[in-house]
Amino acid sequence: MVENKKYVNKYNFAFIDEATKKEIRRKLLKAIAIPGYQVPYSSPEMPIARGWGTGGLHVTLAIIGADDIFKIIDQGSDASVNACNLRNFVRDMTGVKTTFDTAEATIIQTRHRITEEELQANQIFVYQVPQPEPLRGVERYENKTRQMHGEADYAKMWVSLYEQFITHGDIMLGAGYPVKVNDRYIMAPSPIPRWDVPNLNHSKAIHLFGAGREKRLYAVPPHTKVEALEFEDVKFHIENFNGTKCVKTGYHKAFLDELYFDDGSKHFLINDSNFLDKLSENLQPVQHSNPYLNQIKDEKN
Amino acid sequence: MGYVAVKGGSDAIHNSLELVEFYRLKDAVQPLEIEQIKGQLRLAVDKVMGEGGLYSQEYAAIALKQAEGEVFEAAFIIRAFRTTLQRRFYSETINTRDMFVKRKISASFREIPGGQILGPTRDYSQRILDSSKAFETIEDVKKFVEYFKLSVDENQLQEIIQYGKVIDLLANEGLLKPINPKEDRKLVDITREAIKFPAPRSARLQMLARAETGGLMAMGYSSMRGFGSVHPTVGELRYGQVPVKLKDPSGRIRYIGKIEVTEAEMIASTSVSKKTEIPSYTVGYGLCFGQNDTKVICMGILDTTMRNPDASMPANDQEFVLYHTEGIESMGFTNHLKLPHYVTFQSGLKNIREAIERKTATQTQTSPSKAE
Repeated sequence: MVENKKYVNKYNFAFIDEATKKEIRRKLLKAIAIPGYQVPYSSPEMPIARGWGTGGLHVTLAIIGADDIFKIIDQGSDASVNACNLRNFVRDMTGVKTTFDTAEATIIQTRHRITEEELQANQIFVYQVPQPEPLRGVERYENKTRQMHGEADYAKMWVSLYEQFITHGDIMLGAGYPVKVNDRYIMAPSPIPRWDVPNLNHSKAIHLFGAGREKRLYAVPPHTKVEALEFEDVKFHIENFNGTKCVKTGYHKAFLDELYFDDGSKHFLINDSNFLDKLSENLQPVQHSNPYLNQIKDEKN
Repeated sequence: MGYVAVKGGSDAIHNSLELVEFYRLKDAVQPLEIEQIKGQLRLAVDKVMGEGGLYSQEYAAIALKQAEGEVFEAAFIIRAFRTTLQRRFYSETINTRDMFVKRKISASFREIPGGQILGPTRDYSQRILDSSKAFETIEDVKKFVEYFKLSVDENQLQEIIQYGKVIDLLANEGLLKPINPKEDRKLVDITREAIKFPAPRSARLQMLARAETGGLMAMGYSSMRGFGSVHPTVGELRYGQVPVKLKDPSGRIRYIGKIEVTEAEMIASTSVSKKTEIPSYTVGYGLCFGQNDTKVICMGILDTTMRNPDASMPANDQEFVLYHTEGIESMGFTNHLKLPHYVTFQSGLKNIREAIERKTATQTQTSPSKAE
């Protein structure tokens, strides 16, 4: 029998065609040259739904090479179903080695977390971004927000922070706390918790952000100043776990998940799955160092 | 522990995919053939091609089969497939005056050159559930096709001609608003670059052509019903085959095939702001793959509304219309809410709990003084 080859379709290395990968890389270079600036790009459709990490995938697939070692997490976990799905896709389309070990990976794609373990100069951290525009909450039109960024006109943003303080006694922004990059652009760090925000400041690694649905790329180059927005008298602060310890390791200086067991009892567990594994195995991973984390250490010692 | 957990996630996906395949096939009936879907689910195939942005009845039919008839999902599969194909050429502009017309109507005039041709349409069908369809056999199908062919005398058929357009009648009389020389007529390719606002008309029409029919209808209807001011007249709506041509490297124009499209030219009167300005008509334009009257009519309405920006009417707002009628993107984002969000939720939870603590602390401080 003659084999029917009509529908046989071969995909390019890393799925996306070379011309489009080149376009994405060029836009990434522009993003790195202007830290925090949102660069529009083609954002081709992927076999993964919009809103499920297409922007992060574009970045990963455009920069990945055969020698790279790829790690992907969702909500801090290697095990999350969507992370598994995207990992399988990247592995099938490139044949690269994948890992759960934060230290071993050369490219780490993430949704909603920065790893607890400190990132190194040879690592690229890729964020899946749902809403790249930090000003969307105060200005609904794209046309206008681009103009506001161009003129560094961030008055509306500051007023909204002030109003939150007046109404609630604090800046009520949780995940995705807006930051100012390199003293110029206000940037959405993707919905990472406030816990992770200080770790962007003067990081050794490259941080690349991909918002597929909104078709924007942006970046924080290594050793770049990243400050959370705050007032002189109302300061940014990270999530306070009030000395709560991880139920498994007894560690209290990591971002914790709040778990409810079948009997209704509440427990806390380290959110970062690889960090938790390493602590459980007494591997002593090196954690990020920032003033907010260090303060917790001081209180306890 | 980490490995086991990951294995759990991968296993869950694997099992879920097997289960969905089982649900597709569990009744163990004769599998649908692609020819059947192409032939008998013609309008669903047209929708998938239009929203998927790829003209291929065969691939659209496969996608529909794979997606168990879910049109959104099928269009999404086609979109994802088409991005793996390189864009090698841009065709010459399609000229719908060259259309082999299958349907052509105008609501503006009682008689139009070439006459009103209803063609295949359900417009005047009575929507009565035809339960005899439940017992349709291949013999019935063949019998009908034979009967239909016999009823057409091929010797009596008129020569195939192309028809002039209704808007030409208006244009010749000088009733159409001249093209605004200030309008941005830049030709962009929305599949290659992100749309920027204000978007040129080429980008707007491309976005509308791939937009989801239901979304377009909601927006178009809103403008007619009360949240806008456009109640246009169908100048002309035609459906048929148009030739696609492209320029080869030597500069020769070559015919490469024909595609089916539906086109609408919706006539609306312009709002005259200054007293000195002469009133005129404008044409709102819609074109999509296959046969889809609803879609092109709404495209025509929205083409008109978006040329008159007005933030008080959703349909007149480019960003509102174009971003939110994009079916693949809105479906993806809507469904992403099913992904775990416990880190972001925890971050917000901390804020709320602290705010509640602050409020109760101030209330307990102030309440004794109130008692006094």
